Amino acid sequence: MIPAAFDYERASTLDEALELLATHGADAKIIAGGQSLLPLMKLRLARPDRLIDIGRIASLRGVRRLPDGRLGIGALTSYAQLLDDPEVMDLALMADALPRIADLQVRNRGTIGGAIAHADPAADMPALLLALEAEVVARSATRGERTIPIATFFEGAFSTALAPDELLTEIRLPSPSGSYGSAYRMLEQQASGFAIAGVAAVVGRTGAGAGNGVDDRARSIDDVRVAVTGVGDMPYRAITVEEALRGTGLTDSAVGAAVADITRGISVQGDIHADQAYRTAMVEVMARRALSAARDRLG
Amino acid sequence: MATTVPVRLVVNGRAVVVEVEPRRLLVDVLREDLDLTGTKVGCDTSQCGTCTVHLDGRAVKSCTVLAVQADGSVVRTVEDLAPDPDHLHPLQAAFVEHHGLQCGFCTPGMLMTALDLLARVPDPSDGEIRDALQGNYCRCTGYQSIVESIKAGAAAMREGVPMPGAEA
Ligand SMILES: Cc1cc2nc3c(=O)[nH]c(=O)nc-3n(C[C@H](O)[C@H](O)[C@H](O)COP(=O)(O)OP(=O)(O)OC[C@H]3O[C@@H](n4cnc5c(N)ncnc54)[C@H](O)[C@@H]3O)c2cc1C
Ligand code: FES
Ligand code: FES
Repeated sequence: MIPAAFDYERASTLDEALELLATHGADAKIIAGGQSLLPLMKLRLARPDRLIDIGRIASLRGVRRLPDGRLGIGALTSYAQLLDDPEVMDLALMADALPRIADLQVRNRGTIGGAIAHADPAADMPALLLALEAEVVARSATRGERTIPIATFFEGAFSTALAPDELLTEIRLPSPSGSYGSAYRMLEQQASGFAIAGVAAVVGRTGAGAGNGVDDRARSIDDVRVAVTGVGDMPYRAITVEEALRGTGLTDSAVGAAVADITRGISVQGDIHADQAYRTAMVEVMARRALSAARDRLG
Repeated sequence: MATTVPVRLVVNGRAVVVEVEPRRLLVDVLREDLDLTGTKVGCDTSQCGTCTVHLDGRAVKSCTVLAVQADGSVVRTVEDLAPDPDHLHPLQAAFVEHHGLQCGFCTPGMLMTALDLLARVPDPSDGEIRDALQGNYCRCTGYQSIVESIKAGAAAMREGVPMPGAEA
């Protein structure tokens, strides 16, 4: 299959890419790894007039430790690079998810920036970043840089807070103090590998009370985050579940009761792979598994 | 819009310049312009992996890469593994020996994906091999003997059976 014709420009620096976007914005599409965009273009479901190739901008690739201790992941960092990065793989939910996203070849080309800018409602990375409370850095030629909390980044299926002239440049992951555990559990649609229901959980005992002679294990689990993908028309945080579990110690019975609310207020998708009832049942199961695994991993 | 642009590649050790329309896929340029038909098109929808080649040393699905995206890159295809049919790459020899192919359509992709794995994990477990082959479909041999072939090929490569051509 052959995509419809387009004009092609490759940016070799970030500034060049931003200039091209400022000039062509609405008619142009950014291409990073192309693992989402090219399949759509081959099916002619996408027919951009112009492609701006950012794939070679070296400054957007790689993982760095920011001065404030956060982890900065360049938008062009591939899944394969994330898998090779010890600090990323130290995050248990990343180590759960990354080896199972797509396949070896797609992970060699697919980028983290593309994975969230595409905003596929069944993609894995959006749920992971929601649970990690990541911050997205966006840049435009005219307005410069701004940061977008991941909680307000997704606006619907395949829709984000990025403006047409904005490039996603970096994703920043906070490194909270205290002890944390995390996990990602998903039911995979066997042929595509995408999530029928995926749940990322991060639970922690925050720094409060530390160093006062209080035994770490005796402090309650006061930070609970649950993020869901594959279920609604965009990934979301299950706030009701989080509130119900804060301070409970996350016993199996507390978790079992709380996850019954995981689709509250969400219009659950149904399709040939999983109807609404099945998807609802499965997301509860995945949430139970993710939360108990995250709890068991707490230091 | 149908203007062409020059794309410079090093393909199997040879520098080439091809004039292509930006919308042309790497697999089509390899097969049609460079006559390297060892790389196959199976699904043409990024699923089956028979179009797998190495781009700057890593396995990619060449039906899901524009030739222009590869400009300036090093490409290695299945043709580079053996200089002639009498001197097979140890991984190819293992596929012959262990019945790793039947019709052979998936084989170029199986070989190129396996070589990406073996470059990083020289002695993989069965599970690691199966995980690496997630994006490579075989519709006739069955995976059991493909996994056995890769294990045997990996062992031969570790023992340093001479490898013709560039190293994996
Ligand atoms: C066979 C196959 C299996 C897959 N399986 C999975 C899976 O199991 N789970 C999963 O989550 N995903 C899966 N995917 C999707 C894959 O994760 C994404 O395609 C990939 O990560 C997207 O990154 P990319 O760099 O290739 O994006 P591209 O395709 O280059 O771009 C995607 C979109 O994002 C925009 N974009 C890209 N980068 C930026 C940027 N820096 N700033 C602004 N906009 C940008 C583009 O304009 C485009 O609209 C699969 C894909 C394939 C082909
Ligand atoms: S032809 Fe490229 S993945 Fe099937
Ligand atoms: S050998 Fe025929 S498809 Fe694999």
